[in-house]
Amino acid sequence: MTRQMSGAKMIVQALIDQGVDTVFGYPGGAVLPIYDEVFQQNAIRHILVRHEQGAVHAAEGYARSTGKPGVVLVTSGPGATNAVTGLTDALMDSIPLIVLTGQVPTFMIGSDAFQEADTVGITRPCTKHNWLVKETDKLAGVIHEAFHVATSGRPGPVLVDIPKDVQFATGTYMPPKPSTSHYQPKLKGDMDAITELVAAIEKAKRPIFYTGGGVINSGPAASQLLRELVAATGFPITSTLMGLGSYPASGEKWIGMLGMHGLYEANMAMHDCDLMINIGARFDDRITGRLDAFSPKSIKAHIDIDPSSINKVIKTDIPIVGDVGHVLEDILKVWKSRGRKTNAEAVAKWWTQIEEWKKVDCLKFTQKGKTIKPQHALARLEALTKQYDRYICTEVGQHQMWAAQYLGFEDPNRWMTSGGLGTMGYGFPASIGVQIGHPDALVINVAGEASWLMNMQEMGTAVQYRLPVKQFILNNERLGMVRQWQELLHGERYSHSWSDALPDFVKLAEAFGAKGILCSDPADLDDAIMEMINHDGPVIFDCLVTKHENCFPMIPSGKAHNEMLLGEAETQGVIDSKGSVLV
Amino acid sequence: MSPLKIKKGATSHSAYNLRPTFSDVIERHTLAVLVENEPGVLARVIGLFSGRGYNIDSLTVAEVDHTGHLSRITIVTSGTPQVIEQIKAQLGRIVSVHDVHDLTVEGASVERELAMFKVVGQGDKRVEALRLADIFRANVVDSTLESFVFEITGVPDKIDAFAELMRPLGLTEVARTGVAALSRGE
Repeated sequence: MTRQMSGAKMIVQALIDQGVDTVFGYPGGAVLPIYDEVFQQNAIRHILVRHEQGAVHAAEGYARSTGKPGVVLVTSGPGATNAVTGLTDALMDSIPLIVLTGQVPTFMIGSDAFQEADTVGITRPCTKHNWLVKETDKLAGVIHEAFHVATSGRPGPVLVDIPKDVQFATGTYMPPKPSTSHYQPKLKGDMDAITELVAAIEKAKRPIFYTGGGVINSGPAASQLLRELVAATGFPITSTLMGLGSYPASGEKWIGMLGMHGLYEANMAMHDCDLMINIGARFDDRITGRLDAFSPKSIKAHIDIDPSSINKVIKTDIPIVGDVGHVLEDILKVWKSRGRKTNAEAVAKWWTQIEEWKKVDCLKFTQKGKTIKPQHALARLEALTKQYDRYICTEVGQHQMWAAQYLGFEDPNRWMTSGGLGTMGYGFPASIGVQIGHPDALVINVAGEASWLMNMQEMGTAVQYRLPVKQFILNNERLGMVRQWQELLHGERYSHSWSDALPDFVKLAEAFGAKGILCSDPADLDDAIMEMINHDGPVIFDCLVTKHENCFPMIPSGKAHNEMLLGEAETQGVIDSKGSVLV
Repeated sequence: MSPLKIKKGATSHSAYNLRPTFSDVIERHTLAVLVENEPGVLARVIGLFSGRGYNIDSLTVAEVDHTGHLSRITIVTSGTPQVIEQIKAQLGRIVSVHDVHDLTVEGASVERELAMFKVVGQGDKRVEALRLADIFRANVVDSTLESFVFEITGVPDKIDAFAELMRPLGLTEVARTGVAALSRGE
């Protein structure tokens, strides 16, 4: 049904018709007509953040935990530029977002008007696609297409820039219909390649599944199919940071996360395997280590919906372009029809080897003395929160890696972390988005004190909407990961990597009308964590931890998977000059 | 077959024809990119090349199908086979890009470039310039008593050769369009 209405009303109507229930945003001059329409309806809930970056990360948290696209509404100029970090973050991690920005009226574009910025120009490289809409009649069509582009193929953020006169003018509203644009990514994998992979699965002696965020982006069905395939073949499975939860951490074939701070057994198995099945991961540099030494003896299969991921860094023997869910379904179908064969004897021997590696127990630590070890804090957090309907966000740094190592994820969409861009300040607003999507769940943001301060203004949002998000801050008064690298390759010269003049986090919480908990004694930790869980409201948990703890295991830059550092042993000089230019 | 006489089955949408090995040899490829004719589309394509560190040796762009809102961008680029495959895949990923064709590998193709040369001189040099222009089938499109403007069409090598010859004869200005290319046959 087409109707005449103002551009501003059209925007709200299009969002409603797209099934949007929540918008994260911040008003300003160039979006006032839209905010006026938001005011006059009840179908969409608007969450007022305290900074536009917070709006985008909150929308990311909402999108990753619900599987629905996140929607953001911000004003022109600074509103749009503040959204850039979040857009880049979402692009790197393939998170579907629709960001609506106001723009100065069309007749003022290019005149350096107040709060004017070339938003589509600035955001062109950090969105999957963007549009500047200059005619009200085209507005609804563009917004519907924006949802199509953001959510199909490899998901990503899109931006629609809407001048103020377009919002005021009247035009014809078109309801959503299936997209007829040429952008229709291919979902089904090539059957010949799939058959080739099945043949490799049947013969493999040392196979490994290497899974990534693509499994989660493909939807819950893909995770189910993955679990079925792993159970049926009995092959070991590892995952990237982005893919945690697609296979349960308690699953018997789980060998832990891989990569720079991944588990010893996972990295060794990647190095020594003879068949690597990459499902929705992208051979990121945090995963591969030194490229010429990356898994030298394996046949590599790569399933990815984005053709540009194939052969980007690692040469693939069996490329399969398609949606993970569709491809896994076909793999299972073909494998079953060919008699469910694997080289069980060789795979059993492979498992014996993996069990040997597991005995290294690379995550072991000893909690002694009067200071809480960060690993201990997370191990206790895991033990005390496991049974809850739990969602975990993180900031970026050592705490993020420890969280990935010491917390177990049983289901997809339960783990929100900035993987590709590594955005400090991501976790807190993301936890707000998660809590909005899951009002009754236990949402915890594992943070470092430095990262957390980057978006601490969102305490206002948490308190305003009574969101009981738990900010679990591992406070070492250091930029821990930066400090660790300075120790390893800059002669322990700790240049600007400490957090001076920190606030009193308990008083800070109280100043916002929230609860603050300080914990410094290992003996008090369990009680303090329980107090945090049981408090019905936002909590800042200031957990004072060892100041110079390093995150291990670690593959130093420029090294191979089988050259991991396991602990505090000789770490000086392990990164050579070639490795030190890498990040 | 599209009305633009471009073969269907773009390389950009398939990863199956990727080269088996990563070679270090630098290759020169001519790509034909069909894009939605909309504001900013050229910036998307150029931004991809600059953002990811790819080379542009030559680039031409113009609308080729007014009713279908399509423009054709012809890019001559150089890189290792892996980089060339990445360029095609990355171009194919841009939402406004309809099709990417690698004319260098998809069978025979013809390439042409148009150039204009201003040659200033008198006496023998002027006569020699006119004689060489005739050999190269360049046309005189403007003339004064002391200058010519030549127009020449051909493959880039031919234009380079003509430029070399004109330099000692008083070449003062050059304008080149960049390469336009089409596949041969149906």
